[in-house]
Amino acid sequence: MKEFMLIFRHIPNPAYQPSPEEMQEGLKHWQTWIGNIAGQGKFIGTNELSEEGKTFNKQGVISDGPYAEVKEIVGGYFLLKAESLDEAIELSQGCPILEYGGSVEVRTIVQRDYE
Amino acid sequence: MKENQLISNLFRNEFSKIVSVLVKHFGFRHMENAEDIVSETFLSAAQQWGVHGIPDNPTGWLYTVAKNKSKDFFKRDHLFQEKISKEIQRTSDHQYELEIDLSEKNITDSQLQMMFAICHPSLAPEAQVGLALRILCGFGIEEIANAFLSNKETINKRLLRAKNKLRDNNIQMEFPPEDEIKSRLKSVLSTIYLLFNEGYHSSTQKTAIRKELCAEAMRLNLLLLEVELTNQPMCNGLMSLMCFHASRFDARQNADGEIILYEDQDRSLWNSDLIKRGEFYLQNAAKGSHLSKYHLEAAIAYWHCQKEVGEEKWEHILQNYNLLLQLEYSPIAALNRTYALSKSGHSKKAIEEAEKLKLNNNHFYFSLLGELYLKVSKKKAKENFEKALLLVKTEQDRKVIEEKIRVLN
Repeated sequence: MKEFMLIFRHIPNPAYQPSPEEMQEGLKHWQTWIGNIAGQGKFIGTNELSEEGKTFNKQGVISDGPYAEVKEIVGGYFLLKAESLDEAIELSQGCPILEYGGSVEVRTIVQRDYE
Repeated sequence: MKENQLISNLFRNEFSKIVSVLVKHFGFRHMENAEDIVSETFLSAAQQWGVHGIPDNPTGWLYTVAKNKSKDFFKRDHLFQEKISKEIQRTSDHQYELEIDLSEKNITDSQLQMMFAICHPSLAPEAQVGLALRILCGFGIEEIANAFLSNKETINKRLLRAKNKLRDNNIQMEFPPEDEIKSRLKSVLSTIYLLFNEGYHSSTQKTAIRKELCAEAMRLNLLLLEVELTNQPMCNGLMSLMCFHASRFDARQNADGEIILYEDQDRSLWNSDLIKRGEFYLQNAAKGSHLSKYHLEAAIAYWHCQKEVGEEKWEHILQNYNLLLQLEYSPIAALNRTYALSKSGHSKKAIEEAEKLKLNNNHFYFSLLGELYLKVSKKKAKENFEKALLLVKTEQDRKVIEEKIRVLN
């Protein structure tokens, strides 16, 4: 089994202010999608990232949000186990971010044996 | 007759208390001696109470006799003599007195410390459960053998190995340090839950034994809730979970010991007192921010105890399974989750997801698929039930599936 990271990107829409019910529905939608993967024993971990953040380089801070220059931001990531990249992509189908107009980038995690 | 009943009730409660106190005093090296001393104490009680009648304070009588027997025993014990003589040489106080502390506080502390010791991560789970039954629940070797469908010899060997390990690993009768409490408690809880499941899920034993195992597991969990240090949310979560499960004990089997599926259970047989207690402990579990698997399993069991039917109830169950599987994968949780997915209004999606699980050696997997296909394709449903039939392990499960196929034909 290899490990993969899914990176979720979307364009923030400040005008979208979901009601508590809509947020609740959205959360259930995400959780059930995660549950589908966890039910196959392929879930490793996931986190949502807040919009607050800074980007910097050697010269110092270059942007206050993570999204000064690019319109899309990374909203979260997900770690899973799969036999191949194809299977990882297959598992990513149905990810709720797609319905909100976002995208999923699937990347293979480089395995190193440190023993 | 009256004496016998009293003695056997006292034995259940007092055996573990006195043994724990003695082991705390003398160390794990003398664990078997402590067991012998307490057994002899009860033997004396049986003989004397039968002749002279029950004393005014039976528990006090037991404590006094156990103390005296301990003194006699350890005076005779050669190794102990040596230890004492060294002790006397070292201390200026020549009035060395063997004082065994059977105060309420020391009893509670010793019992809890015994729980932590027995559930030490260095012992294998089946050794932990065996020791818990022997030392914390006062079960005889034969009773343990019956509970495990094993024989006395195997159980004796298993217990001996476990006791040697406690001694050789130099495990102490003490509370774990602050930063280890959570992880050590987890180990204690998983042993208690194992004990409960041994009673709840094993379908091959006599109902009386199975109920007793469940009751003992709940009694041990209650001990944890009596003390502030161990009265933690996850311990309340497990207690709640066991109350909810136990509430359906009588409804899930018929008189012949055959399993009655959840949907077919007579809901009037669900024990409403236990359900209320489950709700009480679930509320206590809700303190703090730590979410354990027991919280989630208790929440799932809570919803199962609600008599309403409908998609909303199953949506709650589904959401808790979603979280549970993220904490800890188990095939049974994955299968149950798919069932909840189906009942919450996603019957087609549930089949799709269930087929991805590919638990091809598990009869529950094919039973579930059979169940999910019932509304969609009778042919597919039957095929799956037939596959399940090839994999069943118990007669009870076979009967349930055969009935499903019979209805389909």
